[in-house]
Amino acid sequence: MRENRKSFFGRTILNTCLCLAFFLIVEYMIGAKILNRYYTNILNLVLIYVIAAVSLNLTCGYLGQLPLGHAGFMSIGAYTAAIITTRFSIPDLGPISGEAVLFLLATIAGGILAMVAGIVIGLPALRLKGDYLAIITLAFGEIIRVLVQNIKITGGAMGMGGIGRYTGFGWGFFWTIMVVAFTFLLVNSRHGRAIKSVREDEIAAESVGINLTYYKIVAFAGAAFFAGVSGSLFAHHICYLEPGNFGYNMSIEMLVMVVLGGLGSISGSIISATVLTIVPEVLQTFASWKMIIYSLLLVVVMIFKPSGLMGDYELSAARLVRKVFRKKEETPKLPENYTEGEETDE
Amino acid sequence: MNRKQERSPLVPVPSGFLMREEDVDKTPVLEIRHLGVDFGGLVAVEDFNMALGRTEIAGLIGPNGAGKTTVFNLLTNEIEPTRGIIMIDGYDTRGRKPHEICRMGVARTFQNIRLFRNMTVLENVKIGLHNEMKYSIGEAVLRLPRYWDNESISDMRALELLSFFNMQDMAGWKAGSLPYGAQRRLEIVRALATNPSLLLLDEPAAGMNPSETVELMNNIRRIRDEFSIAILLIEHDMNLVMGVCDGIVVLNYGKIIAKGSPEDIMSDPVVIEAYLGKADQ
Amino acid sequence: MNLINHLINGIHVGSIYALVALGYNMVYGIVKLINFAHGDIIMAGAYVAFFALDAGMPTVVAVAASVAFCVVLGVIIEKVAYRPLRKSAKISLLITAIGISLLLENAAQKMFSATPRLFPKIIEGGFYIGERHISMTTVVTIIVSAVLMAGLTLFVKTTNAGKAMRAVSEDTEAAQLMGINVDKTISMTFAIGSGLAAIAAVLYCCSYPQVYPTMGALFGIKAFVAAVLGGIGSIPGAVVGGLMIGIAEALTKGYLSSMWADAIVFSFLIITLLLRPAGILGKKVVEKV
Repeated sequence: MRENRKSFFGRTILNTCLCLAFFLIVEYMIGAKILNRYYTNILNLVLIYVIAAVSLNLTCGYLGQLPLGHAGFMSIGAYTAAIITTRFSIPDLGPISGEAVLFLLATIAGGILAMVAGIVIGLPALRLKGDYLAIITLAFGEIIRVLVQNIKITGGAMGMGGIGRYTGFGWGFFWTIMVVAFTFLLVNSRHGRAIKSVREDEIAAESVGINLTYYKIVAFAGAAFFAGVSGSLFAHHICYLEPGNFGYNMSIEMLVMVVLGGLGSISGSIISATVLTIVPEVLQTFASWKMIIYSLLLVVVMIFKPSGLMGDYELSAARLVRKVFRKKEETPKLPENYTEGEETDE
Repeated sequence: MNRKQERSPLVPVPSGFLMREEDVDKTPVLEIRHLGVDFGGLVAVEDFNMALGRTEIAGLIGPNGAGKTTVFNLLTNEIEPTRGIIMIDGYDTRGRKPHEICRMGVARTFQNIRLFRNMTVLENVKIGLHNEMKYSIGEAVLRLPRYWDNESISDMRALELLSFFNMQDMAGWKAGSLPYGAQRRLEIVRALATNPSLLLLDEPAAGMNPSETVELMNNIRRIRDEFSIAILLIEHDMNLVMGVCDGIVVLNYGKIIAKGSPEDIMSDPVVIEAYLGKADQ
Repeated sequence: MNLINHLINGIHVGSIYALVALGYNMVYGIVKLINFAHGDIIMAGAYVAFFALDAGMPTVVAVAASVAFCVVLGVIIEKVAYRPLRKSAKISLLITAIGISLLLENAAQKMFSATPRLFPKIIEGGFYIGERHISMTTVVTIIVSAVLMAGLTLFVKTTNAGKAMRAVSEDTEAAQLMGINVDKTISMTFAIGSGLAAIAAVLYCCSYPQVYPTMGALFGIKAFVAAVLGGIGSIPGAVVGGLMIGIAEALTKGYLSSMWADAIVFSFLIITLLLRPAGILGKKVVEKV
């Protein structure tokens, strides 16, 4: 009904074209030095936060739970991947760069380890209702931090340096597409509906045969995997890891992005992660007020629009195109911000 | 209306329960023996026994606080029983999770409607069809053929179920925005989507006016006949209970005080006392 | 240092945890919310007491000022941030509580900077039992906590206001029908919890004389762990949980390393929730269907 095969393929082709166009334009701009190093840095950071925010939306927006340990999963991914890339190397295979393969494998390994941690912590935690889950994930994040501080392989409190600067726009963009596509395709399936039904009413969901624990774990594991991936990208972006990087405040920043963008809106998460990463980078005066403004935003948004600014509304390139072509009499609006093309998957 | 003639008489079966004639030779869809539950020190349900034939409509009635909804919660294992056995189609339900009970063939509605309010009517029904669909997460994310086949079949099935209550035009609405009566009907459709052999209705007529209640009565009978399933309902509206039920169980203070056909129950002095108090008061 | 000393230390810190855990417990019992801001109320109380003492006020006045400030702060937070959301989804309420907590922390950071202030010594001296030195701070902390907890238990059990609190936490709607002013009762709960937090703040600063914006965050969370451990919603539970966390922490610091103390406390939480989600003295709550 909502999507049949034909319209799905149409939309997929449209979105792929948009993404490709966006990718080529940005790559060209980087190559032609229109975007200097400062801007590409911000761009990378934006993509890293987008990945983390979209994955958090899976547990927060769709599953309706409140995990406060997202940064913990990121740190697992970051350290795992960093340890792998600093210790191993893969020789180049013809045109394929060994470095790239290694980075890809390390990132996947980071994601998988984060996912395993997510399942291990999720199995007991998810038996508990809402606020206990929040506190247990928070506790988990802190335990991870203490562990990282105290074991040798992560460099302990001194931190871990010498990590290669592998994260570029290409990788960031690739993983962004991955997380957006995965989340979108999962959410619009029987499994995704089951996840959403848990958010809506656990007792009713159970009564129609939804295995609560299973779907909580699925959402949790998926979110943890991509959190690990974004952690890996983060590690190879800043090249130096210290335990303080992934504190409670980082988990909260992710939460602000998700809540502000809309609980259950992928495009909302993308937009708010983009805005909330760029603004403090560009406006230094804002940076010092950042946390105060974030906290006020949290409270105000919750009181006046508890589902977040976009609610569960999704931007859609296909819808835009349809609008433009159907209503010819109106002056067709050009897609105002072309960049959002990649962010709209429906 | 000559409802008496529509009803098949209840006859005793070897297990000691009464059953409709056409269900006598079949495994009862539900059999409860010596069911009991304590909350803290309080005995909420005690020595609850009943059996339900495959196509029987039974009523569970009793004053407020008698433990009727508790019995439903015990049947779906939302609350674990302290004592006794519940058997669905002859299978013991002990130690099963509520979602497993649903797969065994028990579906229910709730006293305070519990819909997935922010999801569409169609999605609500499709969540009911969740276990009818067979495709893995991988198949979903890669959009393999099984995804499309299952989804399109379940779309049709969901609309077919909605059309049972003439609700197919509302498929795109948000469930929370439906009018009250439609929400109650949607809950029933969602329950039917799980392909149950026993449907539990918790006060289906609550908040309905008399004409809606009559419609509901017809619908309950239609559900039984077309899906050929058993229905157990909790209801305060005696017209509905007496009009639609084959057998009735009366509960008071967690205990069964009377069992039988509507006619027996209506004239039972114990029941009258439980509802109205002692005559000399 | 030996075992007895660690135990005394543990009971000392534990009774402060217990006081804070009481605040969590009462609020959780009545509005079913983890009041993330509770730890930061401790921080606010510590700052008020610090400035009052700094201005040369006598100890009693400083403590009173701190209590008064925290009571007002707690009640305002409830009125402005939590009340409008009382009927909405739980996740919204939790996010709001986190927001308020962050707001207090960062506002304090803006106002007072992140540099720790040295809290003056207000309780001095100590005495010897045999070879063992016991500081006055420990004695005062334990006595004050014990008196407050006994008083609170009496208050909840015997007074009308206390009964109203219990009734509201049992069943808000029924309590309302019985003519209990729910809003007032909830405000009162926040007031009492915040007042206890202020006293806990002063006691805490007597042993760890540093006041800084994030001092309440981790401390608050650990007190919450104590509340969960003891059994959320139960006053004796808070005491038991507080003491257990205090002793566990003191032993870890004594025998292992202070670095691991937090990890141990949090592992406690996870294990408790696994084995006995309702806590040691809590009762299991069945959700209405």
